[in-house]
Amino acid sequence: MNILVYLVPIALTLGFVGLVAFVWSLRSGQFDDLDGAAARVLFDDDIDAPRT
Amino acid sequence: MSIDVDLSGFVRQTDDGSRGIDFAIDGMTCAACIVEIEQAMKKIPGVKKARVNYSNSRLALGWTDEALDPAMAVEQLRRMGYAAHPFELAEAESREAEHAKYLLRCLAVAGFAAMNVMLLSVSVWAGNVSDITPEARDMFHWLSALIALPAAGFSGRPFFASALGALKRGALNMDVPISLGIVLALGMSVVETANHQHHAYFDSALMLIFFLLCGRYLEQTMRQRTRAVAGNIAALRSPLAARVNADGSVTQVPTARIAAGDIVLVRPGERIPVDGAVVSGSSEIDESIVTGETRQRMIGEGAEVFSGTLNFSGALKIRARAVGSGGFLDEIERLLENAATARSHYVGLAERASKIYAPIVHVTAAATLAGWLIAGASAHDAVVTAIAVLIITCPCALALAVPAVHVTAAGALFRSGVLLNGGHAIERLAEADTVVFDKTGTLTLPEPRVANAHAFSAGLIERAARLARSSRHPLARALAQERPMGAPYDGGREEAGAGVMAMIDGVEARLGSAAFCGLDASATAHALDEGASAICYRRGEETAVFHVRQTLRADAVETVAALKAGGYAIEIVSGDSAVATRAAADALGVARCIGGAKPADKVARLEALKAQGRKPVMVGDGFNDAPALAAAHVSLSPVTAADVAQAAADAVFLGDRLAPVARALQLSRLARKLMRENLWIAVVYNAVAVPLAIAGHVTPLIAALAMSGSSLIVTVNALRAGAGVASGRANQPQGAGEPDRVRSNAEVAA
Repeated sequence: MNILVYLVPIALTLGFVGLVAFVWSLRSGQFDDLDGAAARVLFDDDIDAPRT
Repeated sequence: MSIDVDLSGFVRQTDDGSRGIDFAIDGMTCAACIVEIEQAMKKIPGVKKARVNYSNSRLALGWTDEALDPAMAVEQLRRMGYAAHPFELAEAESREAEHAKYLLRCLAVAGFAAMNVMLLSVSVWAGNVSDITPEARDMFHWLSALIALPAAGFSGRPFFASALGALKRGALNMDVPISLGIVLALGMSVVETANHQHHAYFDSALMLIFFLLCGRYLEQTMRQRTRAVAGNIAALRSPLAARVNADGSVTQVPTARIAAGDIVLVRPGERIPVDGAVVSGSSEIDESIVTGETRQRMIGEGAEVFSGTLNFSGALKIRARAVGSGGFLDEIERLLENAATARSHYVGLAERASKIYAPIVHVTAAATLAGWLIAGASAHDAVVTAIAVLIITCPCALALAVPAVHVTAAGALFRSGVLLNGGHAIERLAEADTVVFDKTGTLTLPEPRVANAHAFSAGLIERAARLARSSRHPLARALAQERPMGAPYDGGREEAGAGVMAMIDGVEARLGSAAFCGLDASATAHALDEGASAICYRRGEETAVFHVRQTLRADAVETVAALKAGGYAIEIVSGDSAVATRAAADALGVARCIGGAKPADKVARLEALKAQGRKPVMVGDGFNDAPALAAAHVSLSPVTAADVAQAAADAVFLGDRLAPVARALQLSRLARKLMRENLWIAVVYNAVAVPLAIAGHVTPLIAALAMSGSSLIVTVNALRAGAGVASGRANQPQGAGEPDRVRSNAEVAA
């Protein structure tokens, strides 16, 4: 069962990283405009020279 | 006369010299508008940041150049077909947003902890029936405690705070048993772990917090969304007012920036932006939003005027008055106060349930403890069993039963154009059995319309409506509404107090008074009945006399019929004359109507209905309806209503149609049925689980299954409130709800 010495800290660390990432995304305003974010992914405004 | 727009009051400035302003945008119909607006804004020289928030139709602009005037952005947006109104985040709304973020942080921590503790718990449960060593189990339990204790301390705060608050007031709410259950579950688990026992309840405590926070968070976001829409509507409704400066120049400033004593210029066709007294000028004004009376009143110097009334014929200068003074206002204020104190403190289903539930749970736990002690169990076993009872009865399903339905029902109402104001609005709407309508602005459209349009050819209407576009006069505007897309003719010229003229295909066309159009004045007068006004049109030999009057909302007849079919008693109580009220009542097939009612009369009628044991819902829009709205069992206002009325109403409905009223009543009845079902589900769950707990058969595994199972059933059942409601952008309140007032304000501001 010595494997637990590695596995338990790894599992907890991974979970904690997820938590930190979530709190960061919350603080940086990524949850402020959910409808807009859903639509923005479809825009081509990051393509420099549109051919149309 | 050049008029500047002064938006400086809305500009935010930070220390590093960057500036910003927020706008509420009207007219965003699809996601493509996001790019269109942002790119157009970034083309304005100096603009550093332009970000559209699509969820709540807002635009944030940022720039550093001191010389840049945000009014340019408003002008640019207007040319693109959007109405932009400067916007300041109301404190209430930012507080809601802050609270939602706080709940989401708690939810994230609870979720993280619950998942990790469950990982450890499942190992222990599996190990308990196979070959886990006591040392490994203790380690897993201590690890769980290490995660669970700080996480519960952090994410349980919303419940602990609310429970402490209730206890300080000497009351019990649902959060008291919840907090007690959490604290006892954690405490007992620590003690059990220290004693090398098999079972610990860390996972149950965290899962409970997680589920309940989900419910709280969803409820909060629903409230926040409603508030955001309400905030936008308020910004769009609040037009710019033309302030006359000391040097005689005129500046357009947001109405909120008008101070008492300022002089405001109101041109014909505009709504009066502030309460005040006329300093100079005379005019006819339409005060239907204040009194319900549709006939116009002549006013002159010294007359008292109210915000929201429509100025018809002449330019007025008004001295703004401090809020809440003056005869009529005082009377409304006093009636409102009475109504607010008389409105009994409403006790919702959830409160009633928790009032019964909390004592029963605590008594049951105490009885379990006593029973086991008497039966000869050890003190340790008796305490553990009693705490298990408290954990299993921790009202997870019960606490979710009502809020979950609230969230889905409020969402469904939101999609059909009803914004809820009050907390118990849904439950009170469900109880209503009588609908009392105000007439003017509620059953009728807030703006007058052409009543005899069908009498003329389509071509004539088209030409007259396009000609009317060149005028600001309210009657012309009503005519222009007949062809909302019609463009004004080039060279349209308005002659003050007479009418507009333009050349159409080489023939001069005129629109305005009878004399202006060269028609016989008596020919127009006799055809008119009370409450209607005439506007004449002439182009060569082509002539017409349009009758403009208040007309019923397009679906008023069907809605009233549907309500009657649904078993509601219908009444009309209006401030307008008895004859006009009777006419509307007859058109709608309503038997009971009261005309010429003063605000106090309306309240008296509602009190009389209540005394008969009825539960009246008041639907009204006017200033004069506000006390009645507050006095009714529950109340609704159209979005075009006076601010006082909207504040007093429990819900606001958007758009030109009356259907949302019937929809709100129908949906709230469904919601109440689901709430009751959910409460029964919670009761059945307890009836099964509590005997098991008392008998001492509840292990952490059973507790976890039972609690999450019952929570899920309750939530899924609640989702039925949202089912069957037509969704999609077409029904979005802002698309459907462009009320005329908003549009005309946009025009005025432009």
